[in-house]
Amino acid sequence: MTSRVKSLTKILSSVVLTLLGLSIVTFLIGRVMPVDPVIAAVGDNAPEEVIVRVRAEMGLDQPLVVQYLHYLGQVLHGDFGMSVLTKNPVAVDIARVFPATLELATGALLLAALIGIPLGVWAAVRQGRLVDQIIRIVCLAGHSVPVFVLSLLSLLIVYAKLGLAPGPGRQDILYDGMITPVTGLLSIDTLLAGDLGAFCDALAHMAQPVIILAYFSMAYITRMTRAFMIDALKGEYVITARAAGLTGTRVVWGHAFPNVAVQLVTVLALTYAGLLEGAVVSETVFSWPGLGRYLTNALMNGDMNPVVSATLLIGTIYVGLNLLADLLYRLLDPRVT
Amino acid sequence: MILSNFRSWALDEAPASRSQATWGSAYRVWLSLRRNPLSMIGLAIILAFVALSLAAPLLAPYDPAAQDLGNRLAASSGAHWFGTDELGRDVLSRLLYGGRVTLGMVVAVVVLVAPIGLGIGCIAGYFGGAVDTALMRLTDIFLAFPRLILALAFVAAMKPGVESAILAIALTAWPPYARLARAETLTVRGSDFIAACRLTGASPWRIILRHVMPLCTPSLIVRVTLDMSSIIITAASLGFLGMGAQPPSPEWGAMIATAKRFIFDQWWVATVPGIAIFLVSLAFNFLGDGLRDVLDPKGR
Amino acid sequence: MLAEIDNLRISFPTPSGFYEAVRGVSLKLGQEKLGIVGESGSGKSLTARALMRLLPSQARIEADTLRFDGIDILSASEQQMRAVRGKRAGFILQDPKYSLNPVKSIGALVAEVWRLHKGGSRREAMEAAINLLEQVKIRDPHRVAKSYPHEISGGMGQRVMIAMMLAPDPEMLIADEPTSALDATVQAEILRLIEELVSERGMGLLLISHDLPLVSHFCDRVMVMYAGRVVEELAASELSSAHHPYTRGLLDCIPSLSRPQERLSVLNRDPAWANP
Repeated sequence: MTSRVKSLTKILSSVVLTLLGLSIVTFLIGRVMPVDPVIAAVGDNAPEEVIVRVRAEMGLDQPLVVQYLHYLGQVLHGDFGMSVLTKNPVAVDIARVFPATLELATGALLLAALIGIPLGVWAAVRQGRLVDQIIRIVCLAGHSVPVFVLSLLSLLIVYAKLGLAPGPGRQDILYDGMITPVTGLLSIDTLLAGDLGAFCDALAHMAQPVIILAYFSMAYITRMTRAFMIDALKGEYVITARAAGLTGTRVVWGHAFPNVAVQLVTVLALTYAGLLEGAVVSETVFSWPGLGRYLTNALMNGDMNPVVSATLLIGTIYVGLNLLADLLYRLLDPRVT
Repeated sequence: MILSNFRSWALDEAPASRSQATWGSAYRVWLSLRRNPLSMIGLAIILAFVALSLAAPLLAPYDPAAQDLGNRLAASSGAHWFGTDELGRDVLSRLLYGGRVTLGMVVAVVVLVAPIGLGIGCIAGYFGGAVDTALMRLTDIFLAFPRLILALAFVAAMKPGVESAILAIALTAWPPYARLARAETLTVRGSDFIAACRLTGASPWRIILRHVMPLCTPSLIVRVTLDMSSIIITAASLGFLGMGAQPPSPEWGAMIATAKRFIFDQWWVATVPGIAIFLVSLAFNFLGDGLRDVLDPKGR
Repeated sequence: MLAEIDNLRISFPTPSGFYEAVRGVSLKLGQEKLGIVGESGSGKSLTARALMRLLPSQARIEADTLRFDGIDILSASEQQMRAVRGKRAGFILQDPKYSLNPVKSIGALVAEVWRLHKGGSRREAMEAAINLLEQVKIRDPHRVAKSYPHEISGGMGQRVMIAMMLAPDPEMLIADEPTSALDATVQAEILRLIEELVSERGMGLLLISHDLPLVSHFCDRVMVMYAGRVVEELAASELSSAHHPYTRGLLDCIPSLSRPQERLSVLNRDPAWANP
């Protein structure tokens, strides 16, 4: 038990250190912006004494270390500053847009895992055969095509030419403002509201970006599943299971796969983090009102607070996902104490 | 004749010199790589891409910046194979010149990143202790940012453009190399031949430079090759989001960014550079995948 | 006749053509205890695995006869094979550290096999598993059933392995070096347990080992393999009258109290043994 406490303390302290590092990096990025924030606030023609006064008000005349500690204090209190563009506190903005991104990334992760894991297992069982080769090519292709290219092509073909899916955006104008946000996840909120039409509409709008993001991230899941599975199938315990008379399916899924699943937790966490990144590009093409579009809009306008905060948020989520994967791994694998 | 001589020299079971052994193992890698059709396709595309980019001034039928407002958004024709864009510029010529931008960015990033990652990883792995802890903590911090997001924030803090994009991608690309080099270093650090070097009085720097780094290089090459597609896509995404190469430049991502407005009517203007990114990125993935099979059979 | 093998050949593809690892092995096994002895690479394990069709898919298997209780192994469907594996012939592997699934509890492992062949509810299966663990003389079966393979000793692991393979009441047991990974003191215990269970249940036993005296002690008949062939076959009691130089060489390598030697003799290999 004490060794467990010890290793947990070690993990947690390294997480805290990494998070502090993250905040330093984002703080520095926020300080080396091309436009002087004071000039941006008071305008080019402001008299010298106004500039000095505003600079002092904004705390920018202090040493860098003091400024950082001030920034850290604010961040810990959930204060990320104001957005020049929306005139809202960044924290409020992010709370509004983030669920849309979460919905996209989660949907894509579920789809990618649901397809990628069985494909990886299949490729491993048929290692070196034609199926393995085809799966490999399909996955490499998915990993090679930029999300924004595929998204544009999908809009062109699936939406404009074939009319199979609705166009950009998160819901049809018909349902605009009709659904009260509870979780912020439209697919769940529409169900809570009991509006089946709105639910189907939300799903239809999700379909294109989710499928594209899932295809992009499936390659990694499939490749790792295949590699882990090939390893697992070489295990002597697989021979034991076969010698005991178990069916091939049962040997693969009942005996080899549990060993693979333990390792897949980390892969899925990494994929999820990668999906948050993919969402940034995808959202700009599909006009999806999420964190990515918020971030790129702020970028175009040199609005640094949202940029820095969104970067910090995504970095923190990444660290959190890694921690979660680590803890889950410890929980799932009986060999780790 | 020369070829068969080289073959028997390289495949000699008892190489007489260091360079013979190096060539021998490289040749063996090539032999097994040659049996993998996907890798060969990838290699062919990459070579074609490099050749076309380098020879762009000779091959391009038009000046990539020459506007012809009377012939805007023209479809494919004998005069303009891939049509023209919104300013009447020839898409094919821009595509060829755009390859130079992409190639340049990729080479610049790799030249910046590979030595840094290799150096940091080897130093951390070889010295261990506090040096290792500090360097790996730093690596973890940069590893914690998704590549594109950090690059975006970084470019925004500087000034959008090719140079900032290269720096930003480099800043986000080195940590995996450092991790890899450290892991490789840890496996050789304790070996007897390193101990023997130390006994002969070699300084730590000499050991790292002459003995540890060369051993880490093969797996680093695989990683770089596989990473190329991700670097290309990140560079193109930056361009697409307006944070990389800036519009008059025929960078492929930037081309798509301006052409996306016409996607429903003049789809080829955006699609052609999209296919180019896809092909080059796929080629690196094919080659890298084959290299990994040969050099790192566990396929991680 | 439980197992019948005639002129079995097993080969593996290599970059320079097929390599033949088993070159014309023949054997017959009834309700008796047959030992196969040989060094690593002599093909003894491959022979046993071929009988259960447990070889990797790239292996090429040829034989004039390869039968288990009249079933032709080479042409049997996968379904027919599953009725043989576990159900009628159990297979004990070498090292329980690797041959027991690390993420499954002991109870789950044994219960799964029992339930597969006998049906019944999960609860019945778990009770049967505990009972089986008792039969292989595990003292605290309830506790062991809850533990995971990495938490128990090698000897205990091998008992679990035996319990798994006994669950469907097979007619034959193949034990592939069941004690080589164990401590010397535990080896005899495990072999005695196997022998007891085999005699009690009237099973046939195919015991594979590299330990000639050990095998001759526990088996009725002994086959000696070298480089993919059987070089000698004799009753265990007549071991001292073995005449193949390889067998003789092996026997001479064993230190003896009754006729002490100044130096232990060293096996001098004759290339002719491999190609008679």
